[in-house]
Amino acid sequence: MKSRLVYMDHGATTPVRKEVFDAMIPFFQEQYGNPSSLHTPGRKVRQAVEEAREKTARALGAGAEDIYFTAGGTESNNIALRGAAKERAKPGHIITSSVEHHAVLDVCQDLEREGHWVTYLPVDQDGLVDPETVKEAITGDTFIISIMAANNEIGTLQPIREIGSVARDCGILFHTDAVQVVGQLPVDVNDLNVDFLSLAAHKFNGPKGIGALYMKKGVKVDPLYRGGSQERKLRPGTENVPGVIGLGRAVELAVSEIPGKQKKLEYLRDRLIEGLIGIGDVVLNGHPQKRLPGNVNVSFKYIEGESVLLSLDMEGIAASSGSACSSGSLEPSHVLSAIGLDHPTAHGSVRFSLGFGNSEEDIDYVLEKAPPIVERLRSMSPTYHAR
Amino acid sequence: MYNDKVMEHFNNPRNVGEIPDADGVGETGSFKCGDTMKLYIKVKNDRIEDIKFQTFGCGAAIASSSMLTEMVKGKTVEEAAQVTNQDVADELGGLPPMKLHCSNLAADALQNAIADYKDHKIKQQSL
Ligand SMILES: Cc1ncc(COP(=O)(O)O)c(C=O)c1O
Ligand SMILES: [Zn+2]
Repeated sequence: MKSRLVYMDHGATTPVRKEVFDAMIPFFQEQYGNPSSLHTPGRKVRQAVEEAREKTARALGAGAEDIYFTAGGTESNNIALRGAAKERAKPGHIITSSVEHHAVLDVCQDLEREGHWVTYLPVDQDGLVDPETVKEAITGDTFIISIMAANNEIGTLQPIREIGSVARDCGILFHTDAVQVVGQLPVDVNDLNVDFLSLAAHKFNGPKGIGALYMKKGVKVDPLYRGGSQERKLRPGTENVPGVIGLGRAVELAVSEIPGKQKKLEYLRDRLIEGLIGIGDVVLNGHPQKRLPGNVNVSFKYIEGESVLLSLDMEGIAASSGSACSSGSLEPSHVLSAIGLDHPTAHGSVRFSLGFGNSEEDIDYVLEKAPPIVERLRSMSPTYHAR
Repeated sequence: MYNDKVMEHFNNPRNVGEIPDADGVGETGSFKCGDTMKLYIKVKNDRIEDIKFQTFGCGAAIASSSMLTEMVKGKTVEEAAQVTNQDVADELGGLPPMKLHCSNLAADALQNAIADYKDHKIKQQSL
């Protein structure tokens, strides 16, 4: 009997697809030159790196000279935020939201320790930031605003264009962590009014440990590292060439496939949401419409997320949870708290994030396996019996 | 993440349910992570004749609830009262360090159930 794997954790990471893997292979053993070298092998690799930069730029509606390769989403966020802070002569004010990824939140907390001050904007019950609150939070000392394009846990899409125009009107830098969005939904940096945008290849069937930062022409930040002149000194160090090539190919493919993929994922997502809610006492977390095409985040009331994940895993279904027990910190996720979920409801949260390989049969399979799991765990739960 | 014994108890928990005419009921909740457990005991001749639990929690919480019930069923009340959270974790063959917290419900719930049982006994005797 072949055991089945239904991978529904694409928000965590995705498999490298064949076309991407094939594109990377020559850059390990055949085209191994250092792109900074003057000789022919080096120059050939330089050309491939620059082609990957152009592909990345095209996917974002940007110019190639505005794309900087990094080690992923975390590093892109750090370069933008810390770099902008370091560029200043004195401490200043930062605006972000309470639902950002730790790769933004923890950077902001660190900057607070260095004397900067930060406004963590609240979100509504669907996880949305109100652009008006951004406007109201701005002071004469505000130098950067950082709001994620889509939330990694609950999938809520933020009004980036509107927030971007608020930032632009006030002459304040605007960064968006678009790690969850690039390759899933169309992105145009000019349309979004952003100065910085972070992306990571492993979220759209590219390799891990490689990403990019879009930084608008004319914007200056102080680099975090010192070294060679790679990536125009913004990110010195010999390039992760196979990664860069993989990123270029992955972003090119993912963006060209958005029209079909978005529709398919939204359809599968909505079927899964509907089916799970049909179990009863199941609530959707995040915005019902303004959400990532592949994101399903629900709370199964009266039961705990990790125990649901363990049970799903035994059926070959891979998902994730924001419950306190699965976080390692004994606290429910800051995102679920920020949207106002009470503790027991946050405790039962499970995220299914769909992607490339998922099919209608996968949805049927989850909808067949989930109800008995939920029923078994509820039958053990004191709060279910006391409801 | 969990060893086979923990998973076995998670998948086939012993003594799940409630005892409507229990002699003692104990409840504990973790303020922090949110796991909660309810434990029912039936006592005869000072021995725990029957025990059942209900748990709202993760794998560690459910497995340790189940393990505890197996460990104390048939023991005298005094013997059972000696069982610690550490004993339960040990009997399960160990738990990941960050999950120990979640397993700390079981012995606490038993302490509460025993206290409740003694409470009842005193009240009955004073009637
Ligand atoms: C919204 C968001 N930002 C940043 C990151 C971090 O990206 P990476 O793991 O590539 O550094 C992730 C991925 O986990 C994410 O979902
Ligand atoms: Zn727990």
